Amino acid sequence: MTTKLFGEPVRRREDARLITGRGRYLDDIGAGALAAAFVRSPHAHARVLDVDVEAALDVEGLVAVYTYEDLTGPMAEPLPVLIPHPQLHAPRTGYPLANGVVNHVGEPVVMVVATDRYVAEDAAERIVVTYEELPVVVGVDAAREARAAVHEDVPDNVAARHHQETGDVEPALAAAPHTLSFTQYIERSACMPLEGKGVHARWDADDASLRVYSSTQASTSVRAAIAAKLELSLDRVEVIAPDVGGGFGVKIVHPWPEELLVPMAAIRLGREVKWAEDRREHFISSAHERQQRQEITVGYDDDGRITALDVHVWHDNGAYTPYGIIVPIVTATQLVGPYAIPVYRVVVESVFTNTVIVTPYRGAGRPQGCYAMERTMDRIADDLGLDRAEVRRRNLITPDQFPYDHHLTFQDGRPVIYDSGDYPGLLDKLVALVGWDEAGALRADARSRGKMLGVGMALYVEGTGPGPYEGGHVQVLGSGKVLVSTGLTSQGQGHETVFAQIVASELGVPIEDVEVHTGDTRRFGYAVGTFASRAAVMSGNAVALAARGVREKAIRIAADVLEANPEDLEIDEGLVQVRGTPGASIPLRTVAVLSNPLRYAFDEAAKQATQFAKAGSDDKPPVAEGDAPGLEHRDYYSPIRSTFASGAHAAVVEIDPATWEIDVVRYAVVHDCGNVVNPMIVEGQVHGGVAQGVGGALYERMAYDADGQLQNASFMDFLMPYASEVPDIAIDHQETPSPLNPLGIKGAGEAGVIPGTAAIASAIEDAVGRRITSMPISPTELYDLMRNETAERTQASLQTGVPA
Amino acid sequence: MKPAPFRYADPRSLDEALDLLSDETGAKVLAGGQSLLPLLAMRLAAPATLVDLNRVPGLDTVEATGDGVRVGALVRHARLLRQTPDAQAAARVQPLLARATANVAHPAIRNRGTTVGSIAHADPSGEMTSVLALTGGSVTVATPAGRETVGWQDLFVGPLETSLAGGAVVVDAFFPALPERSGTAFAEIARRKGDYAVCGAGVVVTLDEDRRVSAVRASYISVGLVPEVHDLTEAVAGEPVDSADWAAAGALARTLVDPDTDIHASADYRRLLVGVLTERTLADAAAEAVQRSAA
Ligand SMILES: Cc1cc2nc3c(=O)[nH]c(=O)nc-3n(C[C@H](O)[C@H](O)[C@H](O)COP(=O)(O)OP(=O)(O)OC[C@H]3O[C@@H](n4cnc5c(N)ncnc54)[C@H](O)[C@@H]3O)c2cc1C
Repeated sequence: MTTKLFGEPVRRREDARLITGRGRYLDDIGAGALAAAFVRSPHAHARVLDVDVEAALDVEGLVAVYTYEDLTGPMAEPLPVLIPHPQLHAPRTGYPLANGVVNHVGEPVVMVVATDRYVAEDAAERIVVTYEELPVVVGVDAAREARAAVHEDVPDNVAARHHQETGDVEPALAAAPHTLSFTQYIERSACMPLEGKGVHARWDADDASLRVYSSTQASTSVRAAIAAKLELSLDRVEVIAPDVGGGFGVKIVHPWPEELLVPMAAIRLGREVKWAEDRREHFISSAHERQQRQEITVGYDDDGRITALDVHVWHDNGAYTPYGIIVPIVTATQLVGPYAIPVYRVVVESVFTNTVIVTPYRGAGRPQGCYAMERTMDRIADDLGLDRAEVRRRNLITPDQFPYDHHLTFQDGRPVIYDSGDYPGLLDKLVALVGWDEAGALRADARSRGKMLGVGMALYVEGTGPGPYEGGHVQVLGSGKVLVSTGLTSQGQGHETVFAQIVASELGVPIEDVEVHTGDTRRFGYAVGTFASRAAVMSGNAVALAARGVREKAIRIAADVLEANPEDLEIDEGLVQVRGTPGASIPLRTVAVLSNPLRYAFDEAAKQATQFAKAGSDDKPPVAEGDAPGLEHRDYYSPIRSTFASGAHAAVVEIDPATWEIDVVRYAVVHDCGNVVNPMIVEGQVHGGVAQGVGGALYERMAYDADGQLQNASFMDFLMPYASEVPDIAIDHQETPSPLNPLGIKGAGEAGVIPGTAAIASAIEDAVGRRITSMPISPTELYDLMRNETAERTQASLQTGVPA
Repeated sequence: MKPAPFRYADPRSLDEALDLLSDETGAKVLAGGQSLLPLLAMRLAAPATLVDLNRVPGLDTVEATGDGVRVGALVRHARLLRQTPDAQAAARVQPLLARATANVAHPAIRNRGTTVGSIAHADPSGEMTSVLALTGGSVTVATPAGRETVGWQDLFVGPLETSLAGGAVVVDAFFPALPERSGTAFAEIARRKGDYAVCGAGVVVTLDEDRRVSAVRASYISVGLVPEVHDLTEAVAGEPVDSADWAAAGALARTLVDPDTDIHASADYRRLLVGVLTERTLADAAAEAVQRSAA
């Protein structure tokens, strides 16, 4: 086969469009649409006493104002709990518009619709809402202490108590030769896609149908939610995700209030309505992630092998739980990483706070789990005076142990059984790539320049590609063009390229002939969504299966025409040919024409398929029983369980002991996502993930004050790293194919971000000899730590007398 | 984040601009817009009229003379960093200006934002306010009543607040020349490259004829509510330049400043940086002073 594209660094086909301004994002749609703006709560916790819209009414250009009173039927009910779970004993969700109480700054209270966004904001500014302030709960510790309650009827603030254990942890800890316990924290950050959320809706009254564009990661489910909430029949609603300027998880949550309210207004007004979220709205009314308090006790032997692990996590879920407890479950189950932990118990208490909701952000609970496990490894190494890499090596699951069953239940309700991997291989490659064993020389060199240097590492295993399913549709047109469609959405990852590579490889056509469509319910109605590093695994395999179906049919038809044995046929460069017999061939596009028996010839090509042109048997129907016209096939991939990717990162940091500035001077990644469809795209995903990992470790936090006001709700004060803050990244690949899916692939989307916080914390600790127990850490905080006489020192620093 | 309604005027002369500014209540000058437009978008400012200076001729010159550098109201930050004759002349006469400007924001912002706009904006986190102070500079202010020179001490009243009347236009800023046998340096620490600094320091060192330190002055950014100039001479007065105890000057500086705590840095941390940056910049400034003394 000459058209081998699987595994090649094919250039991203979408880039030319996206980087020259020819993308079509939400706000590019509906230039004449009415605009919506929202009055949002300025208080973190308050009762809404009165909404006075009077002063807004004479703003010229105002079209409509909606409050909770205007919502009817299912719209007046709370928003759905998308992923119910038996241990989520007190699920709470908000209303599309506040009903009586607001639980975080930014919660929508009034929707204003006007001729444009400027006028809508002018009107919104004049609406007077009277509040009675209530006590505010901010931060996981305040929630835990429960001196005030977020929801009156949940006095302890605990929404869920999630609990898993793989054995009897207490006796195991009691029997352990060594134990240690510690508590650590990790802060909030957020996805921060450069394009915020957005919705555009158009109601066709004559057709009684609704078309919605949403900047979403799950158009099929948004469609179902809109139909349910607005009491429309599913077939009257179509939802399309246009080009989406980043998601990173926040756009998997749905239906957002605006996703329901904008279509509602479009229907009531009979006009197009659009809302494009602005940056401040995104900060205070979308979603954040990552704050946890982790209490860890570990038992281990003299060699540093873990005998028992007991973890208690306090997870801040924000004001509501629309996405269930997916994030804390992921923390609980992915925490164990690449290690064989004989006895493991985890309890997660997911608590309410008067802050923006917490839902998956790239990594989705894994960075926290990795931070817990990897910092535990560092502690054991420090306690026993062992090399941190060596302690990890001794605890790794070995290649002969696969499939490896952790006896835990994953976020998809399926067992955590690792399908394949080579963790010692990852570690060896990492040690070589970063120069772990030469750290002493690096340290000496840095010291000669007046700098403190530290190295740190972190390993992870990531469950990717959870079900239930994705589908693919592949159709060859008479022009030779190959249309590929899948229901999940794209946010810039490169799906147009990767799915085209897969289909071109499977079908034997030039990639130029392949056109990929995603996230459009008009083309593909069944889908789950883009999250959990699942697009390549799920839709990649689905489109591969669909392409195989097309190939089989093409060969069957061509065999008929060529009077050849199907086994002797191959497809290459869009030509079906008899292997080894030049000339005995038929173009795939002709097969496509012939696949659809015609009465009417509308062009030259079509003539070949008309009833008098085509030789056929008189005693068979033109379309055989069980067959269908057209050269197309639809198929689905539904995995038995998730497939587990893995990787190892190392960071080298330099710290200026005069200013406590922290510089990541070297960053190494070894990455295993099974068979790689496109190494360039995988590396791009890793780069982006590492950038977010560095951001989470050193720059980003949600600076809430005690009143629940977000102090840094802008790009001036919320510090996402620029290119200038992201280190050069050395990458090495390892390919351990997944036995679970036809293509042998594992997800790669989130991996890059997972170990950043753990590895960088470890490196800083190594450099300064002080225990790092709270991340992210900034220079001003490091200065405080270094001045604090009571700050705990590492054993290593006490022995070697690290300069600090 | 859309501005409240405002009128927009783009006068073609300074007189027309002054007329518009005095006619209208709540009019505001628009220069590069890099500070004003975000304030409008967040509705933190809602002027009735924006008087756009960009089409007023004659405000875009950089003039360097033996006395100092005069920067017109429409001179963009980037202009001072170019290798053009006027910018090079300015850098010879008062090197601090370009050195500090290199730390202002990112290229895209430096291409639009103006030096004078920065000063009129009076942000104590901006580099230019403190450069004006340290060089002992002034601005030329035009009002319908005429022109006057306002020294930096009389200009800055508080954060984002100047003494200028509403209808005034700053037509230029004047940065006196670096004195004889002097050197200057600027350094800052920002969380990310190009951000407003967590702390920045500009210093001037002057030597006597025997290459002993005769004067040391410093000004800091993101430290305090208005730019201030601190005299650090006593820490190193009379010391030979090669062995001057710059750390002592840094230590003195730490006792003189009164920084604030915000979400990016504690007051203590800023004080630490004041000391470190003072020491580091003084060494550089002293080297320049030596070089310029020799020339
Ligand atoms: C992302 C970002 C980062 C930045 N980082 C920095 C930084 O690190 N350091 C820094 O110093 N600045 C920074 N800035 C601000 C930038 O330097 C601005 O250009 C500068 O502060 C204002 O200049 P301007 O010409 O844009 O003024 P404008 O925004 O047009 O005006 C600012 C204010 O000054 C008034 N004004 C302007 N010109 C005159 C005049 N001639 N007479 C009277 N009043 C006038 C206006 O009425 C307004 O009140 C940053 C800006 C952005 C957007």
